[in-house]
Amino acid sequence: MAQLTHQIVIDDLVSRFGGDIYDYAEPHALPTFSTSAERILDILEYLYFHPQFKFQFLTDLCGVHYPDQKGKELGVVYHLHSLTNNLRLRIKVYVPSDQPKVPSATSLFASANWQERETYDFYGIIFNNHPNLKRILNVDEMDYFPLRKEYPLEDRTRRDKEDKYFGR
Amino acid sequence: MGSRQVQPDDAIYMNELVTLNLGPTHPATHGVFQNILLMDGEKIVAGEATIGYIHRAFEKIAEQRPFYQITPLTDRLNYCSSPINNMGWWMTVEKLLGVEVPKRAQYMRVIMMELARIADHLICNSILGVDTGAFTGFLYVFQQRELIYEIYEEVCGARLTTNMGRIGGMERDFSPIAIQKIKQFLKDFPPVMREFEKMFNRNRIFMDRIVNVGAISAERALNYGFTGPNLRAAGVDYDVRVMEPYCSYQDFDFDIPIGESGDTYDRFMVRNEEIWQSLRIIEQALNNLPEGAYYANDARYYLPPKQLVYQSMEALIYHFKIIMGEIDAPVGEVYHAVEGGNGELGYYLISDGGRTPYRLHFRRPCFIYYQAFPEMAVGSQLSDAIVTMSSLNVIAGELDA
Repeated sequence: MAQLTHQIVIDDLVSRFGGDIYDYAEPHALPTFSTSAERILDILEYLYFHPQFKFQFLTDLCGVHYPDQKGKELGVVYHLHSLTNNLRLRIKVYVPSDQPKVPSATSLFASANWQERETYDFYGIIFNNHPNLKRILNVDEMDYFPLRKEYPLEDRTRRDKEDKYFGR
Repeated sequence: MGSRQVQPDDAIYMNELVTLNLGPTHPATHGVFQNILLMDGEKIVAGEATIGYIHRAFEKIAEQRPFYQITPLTDRLNYCSSPINNMGWWMTVEKLLGVEVPKRAQYMRVIMMELARIADHLICNSILGVDTGAFTGFLYVFQQRELIYEIYEEVCGARLTTNMGRIGGMERDFSPIAIQKIKQFLKDFPPVMREFEKMFNRNRIFMDRIVNVGAISAERALNYGFTGPNLRAAGVDYDVRVMEPYCSYQDFDFDIPIGESGDTYDRFMVRNEEIWQSLRIIEQALNNLPEGAYYANDARYYLPPKQLVYQSMEALIYHFKIIMGEIDAPVGEVYHAVEGGNGELGYYLISDGGRTPYRLHFRRPCFIYYQAFPEMAVGSQLSDAIVTMSSLNVIAGELDA
């Protein structure tokens, strides 16, 4: 069997899912592409159950916030790993911040459970069909999602911290 | 609640059950985690783990800080092996900036990381002994961990929250005393380790307490995202050092110990064996330590030598500029993983070209596998749950970030 490469995986995905695979790039040798929230679970399932690819290890799941991207402000980033082929893959899903809904990957990966809770906790992304979607690191009474960009860490009104005093 | 076995409408039975809060500040929980356990006598019927008591907003703070100022945040995550956290972070930034690190610095990093792994495993295994009632082993190996901390101190001046490297290499070369201390450690440690193993490996009481306790199958472990010794104890030989060698790990000859059943005893044995392998790696790295520079000749991010900072104005200004993050990073996104003390430690960094990361996510191995704890504990006795948690090596600082 020929060595599985990124190109084979991506070609196969494109032939299977067509236009749902977009923005393909390989930053620092890690193949990355985006897809829509409707198709993400199909793609994850396809990669999981594929007899050769076997992307059965969810390394990492986290959120990103791009307040300037209209209609796709919130992102979920999946890092998959195929341990049999030693290939990594990064998949991104963008959703609008007024409808932040992504299907949960807990049916495939038990490790997604807490990681999705964490992403919900910090970004307010709602994972449909998650068994226990509630805050994990922050207190339950919080009514905002702290890692979003509209919550800066420092008080920006402080005059003594203005950049002009430092020659910037 | 994870895998509940009792139906809530089973009222008569429910009346006999007791809800037990194990933690958040129970000595057996090794940190601040709460476990709400539903007990039927001594048996755990259902459990839920609650975390977040020492959440420090690592990712949010990191978004406001230039790269150098993030280093002190990373070594407070897994404080049992902070050099690995630091170096994982520097390697991530080096990948983003395209900095080539010279061989000597890579070997020096390997030595420090393996020392950190030994310290981490020693603590985990000896505390497992304490949790089963054997305190002596803990005292034996704590003395040895002290020697490792003395080596850290010699290399960088700090003991617990080390800061011994730089983006692009190490802060300073190993002094002759540091090398001598490492050699001394390589000579003095194995007899103590053999004694420690003699005390535990075939100890009847110890084995009764941990064999077949908290077992997890390879399939479940993978599904739960286990990495490191916990995964290898279940029989999967996944090690980042071998699968994706970083820092010249491909130059060294070492084995990956694996277990079979994934129970507490196997985790203990895998960690013990890994300590021996780490010693092998350190010995090879020290014997073949290449000559040459210990830092990358890259002025963008490597700080000027400290002596020059005191004497030359240009060096002082440059030092300030780098520390304050005046030099912008290139646009890009990087994921870099290293083999930490308890599993795959990954940094996911998105840079938008500014002086701080746009987004920094830390794949914390503890956080990912601790969610399996209720499943591993349900059906066993309370004392079994304690040793299971202990052998998982959950570190609160890393769990809560």
